[in-house]
Amino acid sequence: MSKQIQSPLPGTFYRKPAPDQPPFVEDGGDINAGDTIGLVEVMKTFHEVKAEVSGSNARFSVGDEEPVTAGAVLVELD
Amino acid sequence: MDLSGKTLFIANRGEIAVRVNRAAKALGMTVVQAHSEADTDMLAVRLADRAVDIGPAAATKSYLDVDKVVAAAKDAGADAVHPGYGFLSENARFARAVADAGMIFVGPDADTISRMGDKVAARDAAIAAGVPIAPGSKGAIASVDDALKVAGEIGYPVMIKASAGGGGRGIRVANSDDELAKLIPQASSEAKAAFGDGALYIERMVTDARHVEVQIMGDGTRAVHLFERECSLQRRRQKVWEEAPCAELSQSARDHVCAASVRLAEAVNYRGAGTLEFLYEPARDEFYFMEMNTRIQVEHPVTEMITGVDLVQEMIRVCFGAPLSIEQDALDINGHAIEVRVNAEDAANNFMPFPGVTGAMHVPEDVRFDTMLFEGYAIPPFYDSLLGKLIVHAEDRPAALAKLRRALETMKLEGLKTTLPLFKALANDPTVIAGEANTAYLEKWLETAEIEPA
Repeated sequence: MSKQIQSPLPGTFYRKPAPDQPPFVEDGGDINAGDTIGLVEVMKTFHEVKAEVSGSNARFSVGDEEPVTAGAVLVELD
Repeated sequence: MDLSGKTLFIANRGEIAVRVNRAAKALGMTVVQAHSEADTDMLAVRLADRAVDIGPAAATKSYLDVDKVVAAAKDAGADAVHPGYGFLSENARFARAVADAGMIFVGPDADTISRMGDKVAARDAAIAAGVPIAPGSKGAIASVDDALKVAGEIGYPVMIKASAGGGGRGIRVANSDDELAKLIPQASSEAKAAFGDGALYIERMVTDARHVEVQIMGDGTRAVHLFERECSLQRRRQKVWEEAPCAELSQSARDHVCAASVRLAEAVNYRGAGTLEFLYEPARDEFYFMEMNTRIQVEHPVTEMITGVDLVQEMIRVCFGAPLSIEQDALDINGHAIEVRVNAEDAANNFMPFPGVTGAMHVPEDVRFDTMLFEGYAIPPFYDSLLGKLIVHAEDRPAALAKLRRALETMKLEGLKTTLPLFKALANDPTVIAGEANTAYLEKWLETAEIEPA
């Protein structure tokens, strides 16, 4: 059954810690509970998004630097 | 100058776009408002004659995209572009691109923006115009003996700074000859390792600093000042509370810093609204120039309240080529004004951002509230948190504080968490009431303060 990680906040989603760095999680990668999977920028402040579940084959439904709403599904996992 | 029928393109958002809109309408202009995809519902769009979508929510792809904004303004048939504050307002390439496209940039020309944006060039221009700067070594110090001699002249404590440093990096403080002699070799080798250049200079350390800034307006030939503001209450280097005038200043200190600011503005043939920012040290009664901002500032309303001048209208007029409509001798300080920045941040919960939906708004009648809010408006999470500015004006500072306290008792923005509770606490704080808060005060105060949720 597929598992989901949702955005806790509205804002802009970032998959990388900085523009010149690799993503926190590669497409198809594994995620462990507690891992940082991305950042959400809300009104110029940055908040880490931590995984609450573990899983594999990460499939992101929101791209880097795209707007998200609170509760939006960011990534699905097996 | 008759500007009716001219078209102004507003390349900004939020409360300042609303403020510029009101000034343009008062001048009889047609307003075209730029907006991102996240801002289609904002107040400035509703108030504009026309609105233009300039791209996605991310500011880098809309409000900060020079080529896109210039093309949108040109397509809209704009005669002039107002950049507001932030975004592209101090971007010389933008100012040049607007002018090259045959439109008026509401601000100084690109060369002035570049010059004043460069720390060294701005400091040189300030020195040439006789604007006071922090005393220190003239350029790099040659030796420890040289440093001791300079420190003897300016007095301890002194700051040792790396010539190649910046943003607060590479700064040491020495309180005595012994400390200075010990720190110089260390600081020099650290600077060499960190910046590839061991050169150091020393400057007087300002221990009890106030932020004082002078508002100027120029038409390219003549300039006037509109007195000063004090903005010492800051959190994370962001001003939260501003006043005009600075109650602490003597008339002679005011005359001195304001006249020097006008000299600098005239020396660079300044056009539009500008602000010179200073640190002021009350014990020595001295000013030290920090930087010049070549745009309208967030806190401009307190100056408008005490002078009666509409700064936004005036900057538009002079940028269209009109001579200043203001004579220096006709300007007086009338009473005292205080502005507080109402941000979408939960002051009772470590200033967490709160992009909520605006409920019923209760704003007292005897105040000015420059805002982007309307009932039912959903605040987008993509931009800064400033929702509006609550401004009070009264015959003197105690009366203005009393008016602010009364206003904060009745003001309510339902559905939102804001910084209003912070101001309720600050307006009753003895140090603030006494006018004794320096630039470090608010951060320290917040470590122990109890802010009650609204």
